[in-house]
Amino acid sequence: MSRLGYLPLGDHLAVSAEPLVRALVRIPPVRWLLNLFGRVTSGRGLVIAVPYGWLALFFLIPFLIVLKISFADQLIAQPPYSSLVDVAEQGYVTLKLNVGNYLFIAEDALYWKAYLRSMQISFFSALICLFIGYPMAYVMARAEPRWRGVLLMLVVLPFWTSFLLRVYAWIGLLNNNGVINNLLMAAGIIDQPIVMMRTNFAVYVGIVYSYLPFMILPLYATLEKMDLTLIEAAEDLGCRPLKAFMTITLPLSLPGIIAGFSLVFIPALGEFVIPDLLGGTETLMIGKVLWDEFFSNRAWPIASAVAIAMLSLVLVIMSFQHWLERRAEAAR
Amino acid sequence: MQEGRKPELEAIEPWKDPTAAPYILIQDVTRKFGDFMAVNNVSLNVYKQELFCLLGGSGCGKSTLLRMLAGFEEPTSGKIFIDGQDMAGIPPYRRPVNMMFQSYALFPHMTVQDNIAFGLKQDHKPKSEILERVASMLELVKLSSFAKRKPHQLSGGQRQRVALARSLVKEPKLLLLDEPLGALDRKLRESTQFELMNIQDKLGVTFMVVTHDQEEAMTLASRIGVMNLGQIVQVGTPSEIYEFPSSRFVADFIGTVNMFEGRIIDEDNDFVRIASEEAGCTIFINHGVAAPPNAHLCVAVRPEKITITHEAPAQTAENCAHGVIDGIAYMGDMSVFNVKLDSGKMVKVTRPNLIRHAEDAITWDQRVWLQWDPSSGVVLTT
Repeated sequence: MSRLGYLPLGDHLAVSAEPLVRALVRIPPVRWLLNLFGRVTSGRGLVIAVPYGWLALFFLIPFLIVLKISFADQLIAQPPYSSLVDVAEQGYVTLKLNVGNYLFIAEDALYWKAYLRSMQISFFSALICLFIGYPMAYVMARAEPRWRGVLLMLVVLPFWTSFLLRVYAWIGLLNNNGVINNLLMAAGIIDQPIVMMRTNFAVYVGIVYSYLPFMILPLYATLEKMDLTLIEAAEDLGCRPLKAFMTITLPLSLPGIIAGFSLVFIPALGEFVIPDLLGGTETLMIGKVLWDEFFSNRAWPIASAVAIAMLSLVLVIMSFQHWLERRAEAAR
Repeated sequence: MQEGRKPELEAIEPWKDPTAAPYILIQDVTRKFGDFMAVNNVSLNVYKQELFCLLGGSGCGKSTLLRMLAGFEEPTSGKIFIDGQDMAGIPPYRRPVNMMFQSYALFPHMTVQDNIAFGLKQDHKPKSEILERVASMLELVKLSSFAKRKPHQLSGGQRQRVALARSLVKEPKLLLLDEPLGALDRKLRESTQFELMNIQDKLGVTFMVVTHDQEEAMTLASRIGVMNLGQIVQVGTPSEIYEFPSSRFVADFIGTVNMFEGRIIDEDNDFVRIASEEAGCTIFINHGVAAPPNAHLCVAVRPEKITITHEAPAQTAENCAHGVIDGIAYMGDMSVFNVKLDSGKMVKVTRPNLIRHAEDAITWDQRVWLQWDPSSGVVLTT
């Protein structure tokens, strides 16, 4: 639909630029680009562009790199994997996707056992966090307003020291000649040290301890904004306090429970430091397997495939969580 | 807005019968929060099937009194009896009392039906009975077609009715209503007022309403208890409270009133004369007053009891003031005149607009005469 305007200028035939530009703008790719440019350069667009750019640069691109490596062949080279795109002779470009890495981790029991164990440890850690965190969040939310800030501070306080340092501190506590064993032996309760270090127990302690604030904070947020007259109304209608908690408080805090559970479960799933420092050989968590593949075996493609598989797992869990949340919200 | 109660109900006045036993007995109840006296030595009798209104400004202690009846607060001292049963130490979930909360406090995760059924389920009633009673309640509040909705899918007025149904379904001995109409807009409030009264008539439940809205109290109540600073300052029927306020606070709180400071110059058993510089005349009242001669006191005259004229009345010595129109507020059904007396005192006078365009319309800056009946003035010593 482009129309060109001709202006008779003496003997010359001059083409006016304006209709040309208008015609150009109508071509879809140009239009889209201009739209995008217009949106990005508006104030709103700029504000959104910054976090999007950040995410693209530090999450999307690294993810694509990992995805690419997961489809590569392992090589003894620098870098230790093959390129996906080959420029062959006669100008042909070939794309080689190696699904062997995925087949390998699907076949080897080590990997799916590690996934299962990770899920198990994360699930029970999140559950323990819930049982410890719910009463704490409840007390905080029902405390006098002037105390709430202090209690909230105390929950967040551990973040002020290094995470690594705090995990190391647990070694000192749980060791065979650590604080706990020494105290128990000095008190004469035991005469042989209880083996706690390098066991699943130590891993649970480490994860629950480290992730507890992530459970408490969302729970506190939902419990704190709950209308307390609802409890009074329930009691007024003949409901005992414990039952009022079960029928009113608990269902209404479900969004907080789901949020807290995911905030513990998902990062714990890929946890490496805690099982590495506190766990033993029996603690086969996927984060540790990944680390071993990457650094000890220098098997970058396998490690990448493990990472992508874990990411897919997390995506499935997150969409399930999203579905749960939406249902909880619809139930309101 | 004084539509009043049905005549057959007005005939029932158990508080005048000395042999009638009060249904709710509040004895010297005090509630302290730290040093603050929220409720200060309140005693009150409420009779069966009454609709009693506790009326007062915010912080007067009316809500605390209500919460003590519900069991959410325990009195610091004093006793509460409901139907002869001492309520001390009885938790809310075991009291024969239900409450309709100001915020309605509907359970957001339950349907209308489940909200109403909640109380009955706590009593482990059989399922068929629960369904039946919930259905009849829904019918009573005209919400049968909304049974499956969630509270957030209802309008404010509908939520109010669900809250009412939920608190009534257990047939409590006493229903407490905390500002039941506070969250509704004016039109809805008026229609709901009458609905509330009809429901109370039908079920015969004793209602105790807390409100800060005097109009609401006047329309709803069989009796009103006016509260101030944690104490009940006057108890009476709406007309008693309005026509015979016992103190300046009550006179001022209920409706509008003109107060004239004065001094008794002549008195007997059946009349009193009060000289008032503020009014610029002698105020004659045709009933006796329990006050010493020469006492300084206050006479309250309601704006609608004063007539306003251009011409001087037959006698101008008593119950007659005169001044200049300072302001007029046209309200549609009536007009409010602000009259500035020669003493500088401002007086409010209302006059119904009986004729559309009165020939002798009173307008700004005119000199007018004010006059009232000897029975209109109320002497207030406190």
